[in-house]
Amino acid sequence: MLPLPSCAVSFPETIEQALELLSRPGARVVAGGTDLLPNLKRGLGRPSALVSLARLSGLDAVARDEHELRVGARVTLAELARSSLLPASVRYAASLIASPQIRNVATIGGNLLLDTRCVYVNQSPLWREGLGHCLKADGTECHVVPTGKRCVAAASADLPPILVALGASVRVASKDGVRTIPVERLFSNDGAAPIALGPAELLVEVVIPRAPGTSSAYRKLRVRKAIDFPLLGVAVAVDAEGGLVRALRVVASCIGATPRKVSGLDSIAVGKPLDDATIEAVAERCHGALHPQTNIAADVGWRRAMIPLLVTEALHDVRDAVRTRGGDDGTA
Amino acid sequence: MKIVGTSKPRVDGAAKVTGQARYADDLALPRMLHARILRSPHAHARIVAIDLAPARATPGVLAAIVGEDLPVAYGILPWTEDEYPLAIGRALYVGDGVAAVAAIDERTAIAACAAVRVEWEKLPAVLSPAEALAHPEIKVNEHAKDGNVSKQVDLSFGPVDENLERAAAVIEGEFHFEGTTHAALEPHCAVASWEPRGELTVWSSTQVPHYLHRALAKVLQLPEDRIRVVQPAVGGAFGGKSEPFDLEFCAAKLSMLTGRPVKIRYTREEVFYAHRGRHPMHMRFRTAADAEGKLLAVDSSILIDGGAHSSFGLVTTYYSGQLLGAPYELPAYRFHSTRVFTNKPACGPKRGHGSVQPRFAIECQLDELAERLEIDPIELRRRNAMGSDETTINGQRVGSNGFLQCLDAVERASGWKEKFGKLPRGRGLGVAGSTYISGTAYPIYPNEMPQSGVSVKLDRSGQVLVTSGVSEIGQGVETVLAYIAVEELGCELAAVRVITGDTLLCPVDLGAYSSRVTFMAGTAAIEACRAMRAHLVEAAAKALECDPSEIELAGGRASARGRELSFREVARLAESAKGTLVTAGGYRTRKVGGEYRGGSIGASPAYSFTAHVAEVSVDERSGVVTVENIWVAHDCGRALHPIHVMGQMEGSAYMGFGEALMESHTFHANGLHRGPSLLDYKLPTTLDTPAVHASIVEANEPGGPYGAKEVGEGPLHPSIPAIANAIHDAVGIRLRALPFSPDRVRAALLAKGGG
Repeated sequence: MLPLPSCAVSFPETIEQALELLSRPGARVVAGGTDLLPNLKRGLGRPSALVSLARLSGLDAVARDEHELRVGARVTLAELARSSLLPASVRYAASLIASPQIRNVATIGGNLLLDTRCVYVNQSPLWREGLGHCLKADGTECHVVPTGKRCVAAASADLPPILVALGASVRVASKDGVRTIPVERLFSNDGAAPIALGPAELLVEVVIPRAPGTSSAYRKLRVRKAIDFPLLGVAVAVDAEGGLVRALRVVASCIGATPRKVSGLDSIAVGKPLDDATIEAVAERCHGALHPQTNIAADVGWRRAMIPLLVTEALHDVRDAVRTRGGDDGTA
Repeated sequence: MKIVGTSKPRVDGAAKVTGQARYADDLALPRMLHARILRSPHAHARIVAIDLAPARATPGVLAAIVGEDLPVAYGILPWTEDEYPLAIGRALYVGDGVAAVAAIDERTAIAACAAVRVEWEKLPAVLSPAEALAHPEIKVNEHAKDGNVSKQVDLSFGPVDENLERAAAVIEGEFHFEGTTHAALEPHCAVASWEPRGELTVWSSTQVPHYLHRALAKVLQLPEDRIRVVQPAVGGAFGGKSEPFDLEFCAAKLSMLTGRPVKIRYTREEVFYAHRGRHPMHMRFRTAADAEGKLLAVDSSILIDGGAHSSFGLVTTYYSGQLLGAPYELPAYRFHSTRVFTNKPACGPKRGHGSVQPRFAIECQLDELAERLEIDPIELRRRNAMGSDETTINGQRVGSNGFLQCLDAVERASGWKEKFGKLPRGRGLGVAGSTYISGTAYPIYPNEMPQSGVSVKLDRSGQVLVTSGVSEIGQGVETVLAYIAVEELGCELAAVRVITGDTLLCPVDLGAYSSRVTFMAGTAAIEACRAMRAHLVEAAAKALECDPSEIELAGGRASARGRELSFREVARLAESAKGTLVTAGGYRTRKVGGEYRGGSIGASPAYSFTAHVAEVSVDERSGVVTVENIWVAHDCGRALHPIHVMGQMEGSAYMGFGEALMESHTFHANGLHRGPSLLDYKLPTTLDTPAVHASIVEANEPGGPYGAKEVGEGPLHPSIPAIANAIHDAVGIRLRALPFSPDRVRAALLAKGGG
């Protein structure tokens, strides 16, 4: 058995208390703990103290008004998967994460802030010692890109691609107040420090704009039908009117340290029906734009070859909605 | 039969499903210490110096040891004792133990291990058999006689070359099995207690308490009569706990040094380093048949990756060829197998030891033969079935044989005739067959004593105690022993208690391996129970004033001529008449096998038979294979407990399916395991698992208990080739390297010009 290293844990009941505790050097937030605790057991991260959100009141509701959906950071993935207020694509992405037991405790906030992953770092101290350590943990070398100076550990969470595609944002609290940033700006391109938040900031809410003309879908590549992190995650969102594409976004995970939004799709798709030719052109563009690394344990050539397949499947998922109703955000 | 053939709740079932069963890690003794083993981060390195002082200086640490503290070599086979509890001089693979520290708790032990200073000199490592053979100067195992060769076997039976010459069809191919591990749910754990009278007790999650007993005596240099090994409930083993491991010796030594009980439990990562899983094998096979599809010859050459130690490797090397002689009549075959040491965790026995890999090769080639000769693959196998009461070309005596019924059963159940070759592209069916042993002919160390002993005690309470050194590892042997007591004595199932796996309290049994348990311990139990039954019948006949032949013992009663006694009354009468009631039985080795060196390996008192049909669908764009159904029919002789039998069949099919599609126990070029965790080592989840349809075939074996043969390992064998053959039926590609991962499937489809 791998014991958890000893660490002080505090249980604030208000956001103010939590922010106060987080202002201490080396403190870290723990919500469900399903990502953090296994990493701590392996000596990845050595917080001075943990600030648990378990007894916090609030941040646990899904609410909707005519403009947006607001999801508290502590809403569990299980709740997310069954909330009829949310777009079907988000519910589906949440339902694919890990296992039922983990989804019962893991949170939307935790999934957004999931640490990047790499076959060379998500290992025991013994293993990493044998490797000679790496840029992400205790070392100076990258074993994925041998000459690389920046860590390329992969963004491996399922929710960021779909939330970025939907134009979602997060509300982040600190002692200075609450700021709102787009989800795509939550991430840094350095796999060793992948979350672009300050140490004393607390993600409190996810805001998803309601867009009646938008259809979205998510596709996940993995070996098993449960438990596994994605080998590739592809989200698409299509704004349409009268059966014609107004905007089309494709966002992929497991490519690099951040979810990757594929550029140059507007010129391919905008103003066109989402027919086979358009879908093929989009898939081809994505194939050309996205380059998986070897730091995920599946053949990299195969993963790359699966990009156009997943993009095509995801676009097929939304094609009917685009054609018939112009869009469908999947909410009740 | 009274109870045999029915499926009562297993005697250890309620405790297991309610969490009350006590596994090794549930044991906590007063003053118990926890220990950890420091392991090598290098695949091959010299230990220049090792300084335990910082560990010993850690508050809470009571003892620390290194390899030199346990300098006696051991090994499961007496011919290849080539490992030490902790590395001496050199670490041979990543994960090789180099020191052990006992402390007041596990965290302290871990911290103290981290404080140990080891000065390493990294040495060149060999990570594949080819590399190891090319570099004999990089000697992995100092006990190897010739470079890095662990074992070489060349055996030839019948006119192989002549038959190849006259064959109408010869299929040639290379097959690669990359290696898999057992992944039992329970990680290994041991608790040792050195007691003031100079007695050592070790509780361990082992499947071979008797061999562990012997090894502890040898390594710790204690008399065997001062050692007791107790095997608590075990959470799965599958061959991964069938030899001694470092933690048992280290816990014992640290307990002897401190005078306090010591527990060591592996992390999941350590289980991967302990390994002893299925050997990687690179196999060249030639299979020849005449125009009617009758087999003429098989010629195989197999390179086996053994890892750093011998383990059971000597036997594995033989098994890689010795079990090819059935279930098909094979007039000639030869095999040339070489096991090689490499700087990786040792491979050993995993469910279907040594024979699952070559079965993959030969069953795929039978499918190719069928295609080439335009014969239905099931029909081809039927034409070659050897039948019962035959002797294989390599001298193995096959008694009962239900292979043809197995083929019939899967053919019928799967709708083979309507579906094979006729499903839409992307969907297909495949068949494969196999045979397996019901125990090995001979014990691991040569001796004339019984392989399995069972004792039965009965007293005036009416309670029956059955004891045997045999290991309950989930296969249900305690239930089988209780069943036999009920069958023979006529008591109620609830009146029987079973104690197993305790070398002090129980008669010797060699352990749970080679599918020997029901066959051998069952036979011993029948003998012990029949001796007890004779006492009961005699006492009951006297009381009921009838001839002993008139007595019926059943349902907790003895009855004759319309009169009856309770079982408890009979027990009292028997104890009054005969004195204390204890009887015993034993299974003695029967002379089987061929008269040549190695002829006893693969020789068994009885053989089981299996056939599978797998149905798959293949997504040609992604290369993802989905196994939709597996139909498995298995001849286990009399099914003593049909639900257990079906559980073994389903579990075997599941395990083989996982090995076919996902599992891969592989290493980076620096010797680091690619994924020593249950997240990274892919075992199928319930969502991935196909519907498994089990049919029991009962070709009763005269020499087996009530006609029973094995079921624990045999049903796994056809899994992999049946899936491979089904993929061919679906999309026309022949996959010869495992696992059939989507990248490989897609690459094969692209190479073929499809996809």
